[in-house]
Amino acid sequence: MNNMQISELVSRAEKLAGQTGQSLSTISRKLLNDGKGLARLKDGGQLTLKTLESAAQKLAELEQAGQAVTPKALTHLDRLEAESIHIMREVVAQCQNPVMLYSVGKDSAVMLHLAIKAFYPSKPPFPLMHVDTTWKFREMIEFRDNMAKGLGMKLITHSNPDGIAEGVGPFTHGSAVHTDIMKTQALKQALDMHKFDAAFGGARRDEEKSRAKERVFSFRNAQHRWDPKNQRPELWNIYNTNVAKGESMRVFPLSNWTELDIWQYIYKEQIPLPGLYLAAKRPVVERDGTLIMVDDDRMPLEEGEVPEERMVRFRTLGCYPLTGAVESEATTLPEVIQEMLLTTTSERQGRVIDSDHGASMEDKKAEGYF
Amino acid sequence: MSKTDYAYETDARIAGDILGYLESHEQKSFLRFLTCGSVDDGKSTLIGRLLYDSKMIYEDQLASIESDSKKVGTQGEGLDLALLVDGLAAEREQGITIDVAYRFFSTEKRKFIVADTPGHEQYTRNMATGASTADVAIVLVDARHGVQVQTRRHSFIASLLGIRHVVLAVNKMDLLDFSQSRFNEIEEEYRGFAKDLGFGEITCIPMSALNGDNVTARGENAAWYKGQTLLEYLENVDVLSEKEGRPFRLPVQWVNRPNLDFRGFSGTVASGHIKPGEEIIVIPSGKRSRVKEIVTYGGNLDEAVPDQAITLVLEDEIDISRGDVICSTDGPAEQSDQFMTHILWMSQQEMFPGRQYLFKTGNKTVPGSITALKHTVNVNDLNEDAGKTLHLNEVGVCNISLIQPIAFDAYKDNRKTGSFIVIDRLTNETVGVGMIDFSLRRADNVVWQDLEVGKAQRASQKHQKPAALWFTGLSGSGKSTIANLVEKKLYDMGRHTYILDGDNVRHGLNKDLGFTDADRVENIRRVSETAKLMLDAGLMVCVSFISPFRSERQIARSMMEDGEFIEVHVDTPLEVAEMRDVKGLYAKARAGEIKNFTGIDSPYEEPMHAEITINTVDMSAEQAAEKIVTWLAANGYLQEG
Repeated sequence: MNNMQISELVSRAEKLAGQTGQSLSTISRKLLNDGKGLARLKDGGQLTLKTLESAAQKLAELEQAGQAVTPKALTHLDRLEAESIHIMREVVAQCQNPVMLYSVGKDSAVMLHLAIKAFYPSKPPFPLMHVDTTWKFREMIEFRDNMAKGLGMKLITHSNPDGIAEGVGPFTHGSAVHTDIMKTQALKQALDMHKFDAAFGGARRDEEKSRAKERVFSFRNAQHRWDPKNQRPELWNIYNTNVAKGESMRVFPLSNWTELDIWQYIYKEQIPLPGLYLAAKRPVVERDGTLIMVDDDRMPLEEGEVPEERMVRFRTLGCYPLTGAVESEATTLPEVIQEMLLTTTSERQGRVIDSDHGASMEDKKAEGYF
Repeated sequence: MSKTDYAYETDARIAGDILGYLESHEQKSFLRFLTCGSVDDGKSTLIGRLLYDSKMIYEDQLASIESDSKKVGTQGEGLDLALLVDGLAAEREQGITIDVAYRFFSTEKRKFIVADTPGHEQYTRNMATGASTADVAIVLVDARHGVQVQTRRHSFIASLLGIRHVVLAVNKMDLLDFSQSRFNEIEEEYRGFAKDLGFGEITCIPMSALNGDNVTARGENAAWYKGQTLLEYLENVDVLSEKEGRPFRLPVQWVNRPNLDFRGFSGTVASGHIKPGEEIIVIPSGKRSRVKEIVTYGGNLDEAVPDQAITLVLEDEIDISRGDVICSTDGPAEQSDQFMTHILWMSQQEMFPGRQYLFKTGNKTVPGSITALKHTVNVNDLNEDAGKTLHLNEVGVCNISLIQPIAFDAYKDNRKTGSFIVIDRLTNETVGVGMIDFSLRRADNVVWQDLEVGKAQRASQKHQKPAALWFTGLSGSGKSTIANLVEKKLYDMGRHTYILDGDNVRHGLNKDLGFTDADRVENIRRVSETAKLMLDAGLMVCVSFISPFRSERQIARSMMEDGEFIEVHVDTPLEVAEMRDVKGLYAKARAGEIKNFTGIDSPYEEPMHAEITINTVDMSAEQAAEKIVTWLAANGYLQEG
């Protein structure tokens, strides 16, 4: 029996206790299956060579896993994260054929990150789906494909073939028609085609007034309609996922997150985002007070309009002709958050779609818009 | 006040030290509270005030509210803060809050989620919805009217849903010049009424939501009030310590099985802490193991705490599925299938005692029924009334019975493991919600013995598959003769067998039973239970009983595992059996000497889907036994298990 080895074991165990904040008896239990074992060894106790070997091996493993996270009281972000994970697991455990709507924006990025956490070490057991209006920023499409490939997740993309055949676009048909045909109708087509009974969406209750009243599990009838006056009660963390054939659920795991929570979480977790969120020199034209980026040559320039390079970034991502850029010098995430916090207008203002009248989003959602 | 006084304003640190600002905000704690009060008590105005004063309103939102205020506002030319909150178009038009809305704001210390809930009696269910996730309830009263019927109702619902902290916000004090005596009067009356509601703590604050006094800033108008402002209270109230010290519960949501080498149990910790190495027990199975790892994407944890979403890996390969609750061995959850509960009905369609509903807890859905409505509770005065049914927004004390046991705690001990929703099986609507008071079974806290030796071990020791051959047919059809031959053949093949028939059971176990329908049902129930025990012992059992009723045979089948129950219909026509009349019983029955004789004056219900049918007219008993053994071999029952 070698006393040098025993004293080394004890001192290394004590060091580990100090580093990880665990008590020596906890470590003793892990190494020797006996809470007082290390204390006895310290007082000159002996043990068999076999036990020493196995303890030394366990100690090495513990030292290697020394990065283990020590829990503190949960912060508000921890709680939001846990709630979202709970919601996602519930869908996977209860629904037959779920899908995650992936819009490539920052909320989708957070939602996808949460999905990876929720099912780790399994991969999220559902595909991603992107409804491509064909007018998204090119950079979004590239980012989307890289993400799906990197994660090894199945990506379904869908564009409304009728809309494409008729050449529907925001410049020719206006934002309302374009959004209805290429987004709302396209989404319904895709959900019907794949017979999904649950679709995750990244909407948040703080975005808009009617969203504030929507359930986490939002029931849609076979026509995808939302009935705001007849929603299922949602108590505790018990979600009624039962639907009949053809009916479905839209599920919003980020319901209780705010815009600041999203940014803070992206920063904390270092979640990758499309570069469009950061300021860079981009070709833009100013139209009706909104800065529109000329992302491709489908954009008809009006008389006197000349694209000029300006330092701009985007607060939300969508169809490039419908998404206003903001002038900015923020080239890092903290700078973007800083600007966001210093700004005095709410996030969706950059979207052309919401600003007609107060209840507009409620009407659109009743029709099946996400 | 002018708009610029309250427009969105930012923390100086945002511009100066954004990284420091982010770090400090990452550490914020979290509180969910609800506001309740009747239509004119100023609830939405109060929330609007909190959002407004914490500078959470952007210029564009303010602009839209300014224009709406002029159109539909109730404050004349002034800004109607309630418009910030009343979201749905119908609500803005009618000027009332119909549904629960969730609002978000944060201060330096905390992030808040506010459930804004409607006041009318017909929206009791909406208030309960908001209360179910809240830790604090702000009950508003109009200082001019004091404690009203709705104040009592809101307080009762808050207490029913398990809220421990209540703020009585005595609003509109500006209209009474902040009269201290009026405030004291209201406080006294409220505390008197609320003393039986089981709140942990009640705080009363005089305020004016319209002007902001004692909401976020101390009002000069009520210098006599030395207590906290509402926001101070909300920032400091401690709702966590009361949840500490409870035993560990992990309701298993999902089994995480990425490959054959990993099997984890995912869920959100409902209460308590857990560390690797600690012993756990699974309820209801009673199986035990130790925690090997607490897996999260961010790395394995040394300890998991309440509300964390985790994946547990155990040291032993034990069978756990969604619906089970992993508990600490000191103080595990109880398990039962019959409960006394409080149910709040949420549907236009009234509740029917006896109807089958689905009952969903945090992680398990089980069919069952409400067996009795003991009484209804009047939400306004808490009186107990007799009732046959529950209508929308009514609360009742009900007994429920589930078809299988679930793990649970009393709601007062644990909101996460003591709650359930009631789902209509046809419409899939959530028609009610409930809180478990206690189990109706006496043996509720007896944790089932986790036997090291199980059915599988016993069967494999005997190298066989347990099965029950259930022979049914008329008296004299040849059941016992065939069953005896089958047993002999199996015995010869080295199988461990037993035979249960009328002769060896009616003389002992069932000698207290006669031949009425009720006794026949009980006879078969006992025989089924006995057969089940024998299967558990690993035996192949031949059960030979007339067992005339389909429903009893079905019950026997459902008691056993899939494939264990093999129904053998010994199909002999009544004339043939009567002609044989081996024991002379038909003659006696015809002569009226025996009552309730199957086939004569008591029905025999033929099996519809028997696994094996034996026609004794065409086949000898020996041939019949051969046919049965051949069937067993062909269906894999004679392989070495």
